[in-house]
Amino acid sequence: MRGKSIARFFIGLILFLFSLIFAFPFYYVFVLATWPGSRVLEFPPHLFFGQGLKENFNILFSRVPYLTNFMNSLGIAVVSTVTAIFFCTMAGFAFAKYQFKFKKQLYQFVIATLAIPGFLNIVPFYKMMVAFGWMNTWLPLVVPGMAGAFGIFLMTQFMENSLPEEILEAGRIDGLTEFGLLMKIAFPLAKPGMAILGIITFIGSWNSFTSAMIFLPNVKKTTLPVALSMLNSRVDNNMGALMLGTALSLVPLIIVFIAFSKQIIAGLTAGAVKS
Amino acid sequence: MKKLQTQSIAPYIFISPFFILFAVFGIFPIGYSIVMSFFNWKLTGPVGFIGFQNYINVLTVDPYFVKAIGNTVVLLITGSLLQHFIALPLAIMVNSKIVKQKEFFKTTYFLPYVTSTVAVVIIFSNLFDTNFGLINYVIELLGGKPYPWLAQSVGIKVALSTILNWKYVGWNMVIYIAGLQSIPVDLYEAADIDGAGTWKKHLAITLPQLTPIIFFAVTLSIIGGMQIFEEPFIMTGGYENLGGDQNSGLTAALYLMFTAFKAGRLGKASAIAWILFIVILFLNWINRIVTNKLAGKD
Repeated sequence: MRGKSIARFFIGLILFLFSLIFAFPFYYVFVLATWPGSRVLEFPPHLFFGQGLKENFNILFSRVPYLTNFMNSLGIAVVSTVTAIFFCTMAGFAFAKYQFKFKKQLYQFVIATLAIPGFLNIVPFYKMMVAFGWMNTWLPLVVPGMAGAFGIFLMTQFMENSLPEEILEAGRIDGLTEFGLLMKIAFPLAKPGMAILGIITFIGSWNSFTSAMIFLPNVKKTTLPVALSMLNSRVDNNMGALMLGTALSLVPLIIVFIAFSKQIIAGLTAGAVKS
Repeated sequence: MKKLQTQSIAPYIFISPFFILFAVFGIFPIGYSIVMSFFNWKLTGPVGFIGFQNYINVLTVDPYFVKAIGNTVVLLITGSLLQHFIALPLAIMVNSKIVKQKEFFKTTYFLPYVTSTVAVVIIFSNLFDTNFGLINYVIELLGGKPYPWLAQSVGIKVALSTILNWKYVGWNMVIYIAGLQSIPVDLYEAADIDGAGTWKKHLAITLPQLTPIIFFAVTLSIIGGMQIFEEPFIMTGGYENLGGDQNSGLTAALYLMFTAFKAGRLGKASAIAWILFIVILFLNWINRIVTNKLAGKD
């Protein structure tokens, strides 16, 4: 009995220390965001909040078009999310609830594309975007991923379990077309799955950096992560403003993640856990 | 009859957006990059067919590519693979019956995974700062001397692998917890009757039972680890510095992107992409052999 409570104490202690390691950088960036730029880097380093928040706000908003970047990120994330929900639910519905020729092979193909490294097509893709005149538009960030393989996988999994055949049959008897079944039955019943896919897509888009950096080089058109990296690499960068900008970019993410952590973790690891 | 026909066409229409988009933005550029890799394609100027010259140059005369592959392998071991030795014990601990706040630990450990790389690197660059960083402060408190982490080649690697471990341990831990929960409880009960200790039980039951999941998780880490770009790119200040001191942060993917978007040598960059792809296939093949050996299958 004694041995057990000692083990319990040590496991608890280790897990607690690790949660400090994972949580501390978040706390730290919020602390630094409240110190004026000239005092962010000081010895000893700050562990508690300072009084430079207002100053940092002013500098941040004068150095980069922070609100514009925020709205760009938001807009791109919303459009990506809405289109992904629509197209992935549609494809998931087909894979989960229809029998058709080559279904298994086509599904396996969709899954297999997930293993293709992103860098393999980046060079010609870039030339294509230039040729299409899509530079400095949202399109390269939104269109290619509209019907993403991961989203299709997620929605297929979800619909297999949550959409009874009888309802579809009843819908057909009532004279619904196949598209009608999709709109009137599949979409409403798939809402919980769509919510998870939506949140995951939103987070992915919100965080995406490389494609935004390549295709939205203009500071006024670009997204929050790219604007932050521009601020970061400026010689005259103001540390307080940079920390505030970083902290603010994390606020929506942390709120959404803590509110839906169980569903987000389950959704993101669905593919790994399944196999 | 009409009805039956729409029912047989509908699924193809429903899945068609993926295939159309993948053909245009996936297959076409991927195929085109093979073509480009055989040409001395630049951002501007005439384009000529040069056969395997890009590949030969990259593999034999380009000092940066060898360096970049070396850096990537070091980060693969100290970042992408090391994290499994942290994630699995953590998963076993969080999953054990005596731990109550399972959801709290999962949420806290997983949060770095959903955080943008830019934000993570900006925060860690601050923590690793030579003169004012918290890490050097703690080292000095413990009686050590401050170390110029981001200005020195070994320090850059340490900082990068710290970031990679910090960001992805939670992800792997969650996968391993799910794997642990799928192991039949009676296996452990039988071991209890035999009087096996905790260590022995994990070695004899947990590890072999988890082998397929370990293989899968490590495969994902290899695929991800070979593509590391954003972390070194932001940490070492963009393309210009080519990975910082002694190119220590120059990963293969960063060199690929540099070759394409800074040097403007699109053909050469395409060749690098295909060499990297083959390296990834090779590493995953090794991974398969190793995990099969571990599982006692030959």
